[in-house]
Amino acid sequence: MTCLIAALGRRLLRLIAVLGIVALAAFGLMQASPVDPVDAYLGPQLAQVSPEQRALIAERWGVDQPAVQQFRLWLGNLMRGELGWSRVYNAPVGEVIGSRFLASLPLLASAWLGATLFGFILGVVAGTREDGWADRWIRRYAYTLASTPTFWLAILALLLFSVTLGWTPVCCAGPAGVTRDELGLATRLHHLLLPALTLSLLGVAQITLHTRARMLELMRSEIALHAFAQGASRREVAWRHGARHACLPALTLAFASLGELFGGAILVEQVFAYPGLGRATVEAGLRSDVPLLLAIALFTALFVSLGNALADGLYRLVDPRLREVYQ
Amino acid sequence: MLEIRQLALDFLRYRGLWRRETVTCLHNVSLTLARGELHAVVGASGAGKSLMAQALIGLLPGNTRRRGELWLDGEPLDAARQAALRGKRLALIPQSLAALDPLVRSHRQVAWAAQRGGAAAPWAAAERAMAQLGLVGDSARRYPHQLSGGMARRVLLAMATAGDAEWLIADEPSVGLDPQHRDGVLDQLRRLADTGKGVLLITHDLRHALRVADRVTVFHAGTTLETAPARAFHGRGEALASDYARALWRALPDNDFARPAAREAAQLA
Repeated sequence: MTCLIAALGRRLLRLIAVLGIVALAAFGLMQASPVDPVDAYLGPQLAQVSPEQRALIAERWGVDQPAVQQFRLWLGNLMRGELGWSRVYNAPVGEVIGSRFLASLPLLASAWLGATLFGFILGVVAGTREDGWADRWIRRYAYTLASTPTFWLAILALLLFSVTLGWTPVCCAGPAGVTRDELGLATRLHHLLLPALTLSLLGVAQITLHTRARMLELMRSEIALHAFAQGASRREVAWRHGARHACLPALTLAFASLGELFGGAILVEQVFAYPGLGRATVEAGLRSDVPLLLAIALFTALFVSLGNALADGLYRLVDPRLREVYQ
Repeated sequence: MLEIRQLALDFLRYRGLWRRETVTCLHNVSLTLARGELHAVVGASGAGKSLMAQALIGLLPGNTRRRGELWLDGEPLDAARQAALRGKRLALIPQSLAALDPLVRSHRQVAWAAQRGGAAAPWAAAERAMAQLGLVGDSARRYPHQLSGGMARRVLLAMATAGDAEWLIADEPSVGLDPQHRDGVLDQLRRLADTGKGVLLITHDLRHALRVADRVTVFHAGTTLETAPARAFHGRGEALASDYARALWRALPDNDFARPAAREAAQLA
C-alpha cells in the first residue's frame, strides 16, 4: 500500500515536471511568434487606433512587460486556479476549454475507439495467416492509409460523401441557425459521422501493422505449435492466444497516439468546420491568444499523460507477469 | 499400433540467392509403438528426435519434405488424418516450458486443451486431469510464471491427458527437473501406459528411461540404430546389437563409465 502511494507520488511529480516543461516551451514559442497579440486583436481596425491607445491596450494586457515577468505572472495566476481571459472568445479560458472540449469529446472518443478496435481486429485477422489473401489486402490497405495525409483524406471524404453523394452535412456540428441545445441526438450524430470516420482512419494503420507483427511472432511461437498439437484451428489460436498477446502493443499505441489524435483533430475540425478544441487551438494560435493557447497545451499534455498512466495500469490487467514487478 | 516406416526428412534451404539444396536430417527412421507400451527413444541432443515427434503429429516446419510412411491401426496416417486426430487421439507433451501461454491461468489452458481434445465438459475434464497429477486448488489456478519447473511439467502433462488421447508423445518431459520430480513425471507416464495408452518417451537420459520403459530405440545422427527391450541394457551390454548402443550404455556412471575404445569412437564419428 505504501509502495502504491510512493509510486503514485512519483508519477505525480513527473506529471508536474512534464506540465512545467510544456508550459515553458509553449510560452517560448508564443514569444517567438511573429504575430503581435494587440495587432491581431485589433485586426482591420488597427488604422483607427492611435499609438497611445495601442500602448494602453498593451499595458492593460501586460504584453509590454519582459517575457520572464509575463510568464511569472501567468504562473502565479495558474497557482491560484486562474487560467486567464481568452481575448479571441472574450470569455474565461476555463470556460472556453470546457465547452470546446465537450464539443470535441464525442469526436475524439468515437474516432479513438473506432481506430483502436477496427485496427486491432484487422491486425489479428491479417496476422492469423501470413501472406493469406486477407493478410495481403489488409497490409495494402494499411500501407496506403499510413501514407495518406489527414487533411487530404478529410477533403476527399467531404467531396465524395457531402458534395457528390449528399449523405452527410458539409460543415459544423449542427445546421446553421440552430443553437446547440435545440439539436436532437440524430442531428448531432449525423454531423459527427464524417469527421469521426476520417479521424479514426488516422490511427488504424499503425495499430493494424503493429498488431499484425506481434501476431506473426506468436503464430510462429511454441505456444502456437503446442496449441496446434492439441488440435486447435488457426482461427482459435489467433483469437485465444494471439489477440491476448497482441493486446499489449495495441494498448501502447492506442494510448501513445492520443497526442496524434489531438493533432489530427485540429486538421479534421478545420476542414469540417467542427467547433471543437482543435478549431479553438488554431484560432488562438493565429491571433496570439497566449492564455488560451497555453491552457490548451497544458490540457492536452495532461490528457496524454493520463492516457499513458492508464495504459500502464491496463498492461497489468493483461499481463500477469507485470503485476508483480510493481507490487 | 502406431508405426513409423522408413521415415526420412529433408530440409529445403537456399544457398546463396537462387540455388536450392536439400539437407537430410532424418533417414531410415523406423519404430513401432503398441498400446500399453512405454517406448523410449534415446539419443543425443540434435539427433532429430524432436523432428520425429513433429512428423508424427504432422506439424513440421514449412520447408521440410517428408518421405516414408506413418501407419496407425493398419491405416496410413496422412496429413488429413493427423489433423483430425491431433489432440483427440494423438497428443504431444512439448519439450519447452515456453509452450505454456504466460497470459493465461493454468487451469484455463488445461480446459482449452480438453475442449480441443473433444471433451464434452472441458472444465470438469481439466479438473480431473490436474487432480490426478496433484494440481489442485490454488496451484491449479496459477499463471505459468508462478509455477515451479515440476508443476509446469505437470500442467503440460495434464494438457496432454485432459483430452483422453490414446497415443502420447512426450518430448523430453523430465528435462531440468530434480530427481524427485523427474521420477514423478516418469512414473506418471508409466501409469498412463499401464492404463492402455501408447507412450513414446523421447529423452537423452537413458539411465532413467530404463527404469520405466518396455522397449528402447537408440537414435543417432538422424536415424534409429536399433530397438531393444529394456532388459537388454544389462551387464556389459552383450545383448545389444549396435556398437553405439553398447557404448552409450557402458558410458553410464553406474556401469563402466567407459569411454568408447578408439576403434569404436572412429566408427561412431
